[in-house]
Amino acid sequence: MNQLWLTAKLDISETLRARWFHIYTLVFGGVVALLFVFGLTESRVLGFIGLSRLLVTYIQLTMAILPIFVLITTVRSVAGDREAGVFEYLLSLPVSLGAWFWGKLVGRYIAIFAPVFLAMVGAVVAAVVKGIEVPWGMFGYYTALLATMALCFLGMGMLISALARSTDMAQGAAFMLWLTLLLFLDLILLGLIIQERVTPEVAVGIALANPLQVFRTAALALFDPQLIVLGPSAYVILDTFGVAGYKVFALAYPAALGLLSAVAGYQVFRRGDLP
Amino acid sequence: MIRFRKLSKTFKRARVLDDIDLEIGLGERIALIGSNGAGKTTLIRCLLGEYVHDGEVTIDGRDPRRERTALLGLIGFVPQLPPPLKMSVQRLIDFSAALCGTDPARIVAIAERLGLDVASVAERQFVRLSGGMKQKLLIAIALGRDAKVLVMDEPAANLDPDARKIFFDLLAERQHDATMLISSHRLDEVSALVNRVVELDMGKVVLDDRVADDVSLSGMLTCRVTVKRAEPALAQALTHWRFEDRGDGIEWEGRIPGPDRLRFVGMLSRYVALIDHVSLTEQPA
Repeated sequence: MNQLWLTAKLDISETLRARWFHIYTLVFGGVVALLFVFGLTESRVLGFIGLSRLLVTYIQLTMAILPIFVLITTVRSVAGDREAGVFEYLLSLPVSLGAWFWGKLVGRYIAIFAPVFLAMVGAVVAAVVKGIEVPWGMFGYYTALLATMALCFLGMGMLISALARSTDMAQGAAFMLWLTLLLFLDLILLGLIIQERVTPEVAVGIALANPLQVFRTAALALFDPQLIVLGPSAYVILDTFGVAGYKVFALAYPAALGLLSAVAGYQVFRRGDLP
Repeated sequence: MIRFRKLSKTFKRARVLDDIDLEIGLGERIALIGSNGAGKTTLIRCLLGEYVHDGEVTIDGRDPRRERTALLGLIGFVPQLPPPLKMSVQRLIDFSAALCGTDPARIVAIAERLGLDVASVAERQFVRLSGGMKQKLLIAIALGRDAKVLVMDEPAANLDPDARKIFFDLLAERQHDATMLISSHRLDEVSALVNRVVELDMGKVVLDDRVADDVSLSGMLTCRVTVKRAEPALAQALTHWRFEDRGDGIEWEGRIPGPDRLRFVGMLSRYVALIDHVSLTEQPA
């Protein structure tokens, strides 16, 4: 455990010095600041006003930015470190492979989740100061959703880093993965699959295998519990899970996907050449 | 102590190590030489448990891949190219010391003996240090603990003459309780440090020879050089070796670390046509 924590602390300190992290922090802090500046807390959409309106917008933006950011920066730094000889040296020190891999994952997880979470906390503090009501239930669920999203894409990033033998290959694979998930994002496209006589359950099943779709639908469900904007797909989702069940699924499935990817990445890492 | 048995390593179709059989005992100081691509770094990485391979590598009968933590605690490693670590010098020292179970003050003390003022660079990123500073710090981390095996890839390449002398002294202090594996593609760089030479070529051991162990790692030689005429290039080279001009660039005098004698003579040989007289006198210990 000591080795794992030492590795995690090392990764955090490396990340805090990295330029990508400064940009990453600036992006999420900046998004919240801009939403406040442009008076989003005073606007009204679909009956949402105040901080809940800001959080809805924030999570939509986060979903667009966070996955690709986490994927690219993870594979760049992990595969890049290996390519540059960092692994050759640091793995010559007496650290177990498990402590090294999971320590890196824990350190990186803290580093990528902290700015996103702190930006939300900043929004809440600003809301309290301005006397705006804080929707604590929504804040808690969104926090859990973002934590899960970070874990999901971090796990995938670690798997890609373990599989790819060069930074270029790792970056290419990460980008392709993100693009593929994006292409399967729209449930309207899945309407075409339904037209091609695929059963609705299979079509929606394919859609919900995509973690991006899971997050998007979960975020929608918070201000549209009946998922009216999704059209007929909503029936399948709500019949299968129910409103509360889907909320749980939206946290459990991506977290499991991220963890399984990380475990697979660890198996590849410990069985192959390290540097 | 260290045993390579039928060790082979293949990358895609290229066989980089080919059935290596080698045994290395406690106290042996091995020069691992060979041209680029001979397999030296791959052999070292197999020893460090970093590569999967065919055959067997053991240290005291144990596999460094399976028992990483226990065995790597016994190995001090200095890589050929310093890694581009972004962490601060202090963090690297603390991290290495914590993993190796040693006191960071030991590492700092060795770094300072080598001429690196750790306090003045403690907060600087490792990657931003000069080549020589990086090398001194990596050597200090390798020697600042109770390592039984020292694996060094071109360890003295970036060191200035003073630091080289101290480095040889440090190795001399460890020569009876540690096994050393020093890799280089030039024998003259390491010849006087070692008592056995193993040469690799195309992944095979092509030479395994014991060498006379007469050179003291901590000894010094007094050297006098007389040249036929003053020559700026030679003067610059001798000044680099901390020689003093005793008369218009004709008479030079200096001191050379014992293990560096071959390297010094190698340098001098480039100016052989200018040399009138050379004397090397071993100083009593």
